Amino acid sequence: MNADLVVDVQGLNKHFGPRHVVKDFSLQVRRGEIFGFLGPNGSGKTTSIRMLCGLLTPDSGSGTCLGHDVIRETASIKREVGYMTQRFSLWEDLTIAENLDFVARMYGMRLRRKVVDDAIDALGLGSRRNQLAGSLSGGWKQRMALAACMLHQPKLLLLDEPTAGVDPKARRDFWEEIHKLAATGISVLVSTHYMDEAERCHRLAYIAYGALLTSGTVDEVVAQQALATWTVSGPDLPQLQVALEKLGGVADVTQFGNALHVTGTDADALDRATAALRASGPQRWERSTATLEDVFIHLMRDTKDNYQ
Amino acid sequence: MNGRRFSWSRWVSIVIKEFIQLKRDRLTFGMIVGIPVIQVLLFGFAINSDPKSLPTAVVSLDNGRYTRTIVSALKNTNYFRFVHEAASMAEADEMIERGKVQFVVTIPAGFERALVRGDRPQLLIEADATDPSATGPALAAVNLALTTALAHDLQGVTGDLAGGSSAVDVRIQRRYNPEGITAYNIVPGLLGVILTMTMVLMTGLAMTRERERGTFENLLATPALPVEVMTGKIIPYILIGLIQVTLALLAASYVFSVPIEGSLVLLYAVVLVFIAANLTLGITFSSIARNQLQAMQMTFFFFLPSILLSGFMFPFRGMPEWAQVIGSLLPLTHFLVLVRGILLKGATLPELYSSIWPILAFMGAILLLGLKFYRKTLD
Ligand SMILES: Nc1ncnc2c1ncn2[C@@H]1O[C@H](COP(=O)(O)OP(=O)(O)OP(=O)(O)O)[C@@H](O)[C@H]1O
Ligand SMILES: [Mg+2]
Repeated sequence: MNADLVVDVQGLNKHFGPRHVVKDFSLQVRRGEIFGFLGPNGSGKTTSIRMLCGLLTPDSGSGTCLGHDVIRETASIKREVGYMTQRFSLWEDLTIAENLDFVARMYGMRLRRKVVDDAIDALGLGSRRNQLAGSLSGGWKQRMALAACMLHQPKLLLLDEPTAGVDPKARRDFWEEIHKLAATGISVLVSTHYMDEAERCHRLAYIAYGALLTSGTVDEVVAQQALATWTVSGPDLPQLQVALEKLGGVADVTQFGNALHVTGTDADALDRATAALRASGPQRWERSTATLEDVFIHLMRDTKDNYQ
Repeated sequence: MNGRRFSWSRWVSIVIKEFIQLKRDRLTFGMIVGIPVIQVLLFGFAINSDPKSLPTAVVSLDNGRYTRTIVSALKNTNYFRFVHEAASMAEADEMIERGKVQFVVTIPAGFERALVRGDRPQLLIEADATDPSATGPALAAVNLALTTALAHDLQGVTGDLAGGSSAVDVRIQRRYNPEGITAYNIVPGLLGVILTMTMVLMTGLAMTRERERGTFENLLATPALPVEVMTGKIIPYILIGLIQVTLALLAASYVFSVPIEGSLVLLYAVVLVFIAANLTLGITFSSIARNQLQAMQMTFFFFLPSILLSGFMFPFRGMPEWAQVIGSLLPLTHFLVLVRGILLKGATLPELYSSIWPILAFMGAILLLGLKFYRKTLD
């Protein structure tokens, strides 16, 4: 086993009834790495994360998490991993302080009082510590849950959409904090739907309909898809988009602000297909490199929804 | 692997958490206090019925032909079913004490001689009157049945007697509840009903609530062990059960003057066993149920037969055989015998064993089922 891999799993499968939700899932996360986990809704991100921390038993496959077997040693994994659930899962009828205190007790922490007080102060919730968790706003619940899963100083953080519904300032603070933690050797696996967050990860993986489609650094992922891209700006973009979508050789046409991104898998075919429109139209055409978002939208269009 | 060892500090924190949550749930808390008092007051009224074929022992100290006449006359009323011929009054006494028979008919020595001489000999019928609705109709039928039967038999022997008044002096002795007060029977039974309902329901909801709110995932992600979670969640409800019993007993004793003949310590010990059985069932329901509604439905699925077939609503012996078989599987049936025994008869432990082990057996079986269904993961 490679000592530098905090997560090392191969061929994990999970079925819910007849539905094959995660297919041959393999993943390696290195120590001190921030690993982004992306994919459309229902693609199996949460299910995969749950299998990593022992909340779901894979139907087949094997691997380790922090050196512990993901099937047999889930008790050890649970003690060393900080897992933040996608849905708020702290107790709404306990206060902020009671929630954090309960979590700290579950991990048998020494200096529990101090740890909890520090966490509350760090959150800036000192004056509201005796408020019921259920009465917090969505974003604050999210921030509190994040604090709770880091209380016991885990070596690996598994964060399932930790910044959903969190304001931009708190989101930036969060990412700064995550990078600081990573610098100290803590590893983070974080699922997200935000492109800017994906770009802040050291490496990322993209999963769709249960299958891992691609992984690597941002540049690697973009390069792997080798998409040719034109950026179009000017008037009448909606009409142009309709016209472009009918053309062969054009894979995706996506509106980004005041511009259209036109992508194709084959650069020559794309150029030939769009030549007439480029020559005739009032719009301005520029060659550009594909962004991560272009790549993901392309991947999403490409994979068929096998659940329908 | 110290991750697998039971941790008292984790367990205590789970107990504390449950208490805090319970304290914040005002409605539930109010019900816990309200249910026992209100039910005791409401149900203090009688529910009458007409049970037949009640087990009866006969002690015959005079083996003449009139003994047979009396036995068959009583049998013909359909109220009495002779299950045992006791050799001595002591043996018969023990049977009634243990609840094996409802009546003991004693035919004294020299009965036939006195009868033929026209001396109106005594015939003693002892009844276990803890449940007056069970014994009342039977006792009411005795006199007429005996008068008719003996009149026929005695014709020609003592002609003058046969005409009008009864040839025997029937002495009825109601034991345990001499005045036949229905509240004596209903109110102790309510203890069991209240405990069954609240204990099963509240623990049934305890786990499914966590699952429904999503907090179960968090609990599972911590190192807490299933046994810590399960037992930690049960503790507050044991305490609640004891509070309920105390409230119901106070209401019973002050409002209906229900006697407390036996030992209170023994009563609470028996209550604890019964609470444990119900909590086991509740936790098992909440492991099987997917959501709170299902847990609630399972509780009522269990609660209705418990009320109807345990001898709480209708006298147990008045029910058809199949219903008695089902009834005897339910803990409430045995708990009723135990509570009535301790409160009204002053029964002690040795007489109660035969009703305690079925509750323990029920608990064991349910526990096995619960462990089989407990989900350590989210699948
Ligand atoms: N407990 C379960 N029972 C049955 N099906 C499930 C269960 N959990 C998840 N699924 C199904 O598995 C698939 C993957 O779900 P999962 O929650 O892993 O997706 P996700 O990638 O996290 O989606 P999202 O971005 O919306 O959070 C979905 O189709 C979902 O319906
Ligand atoms: Mg998810």
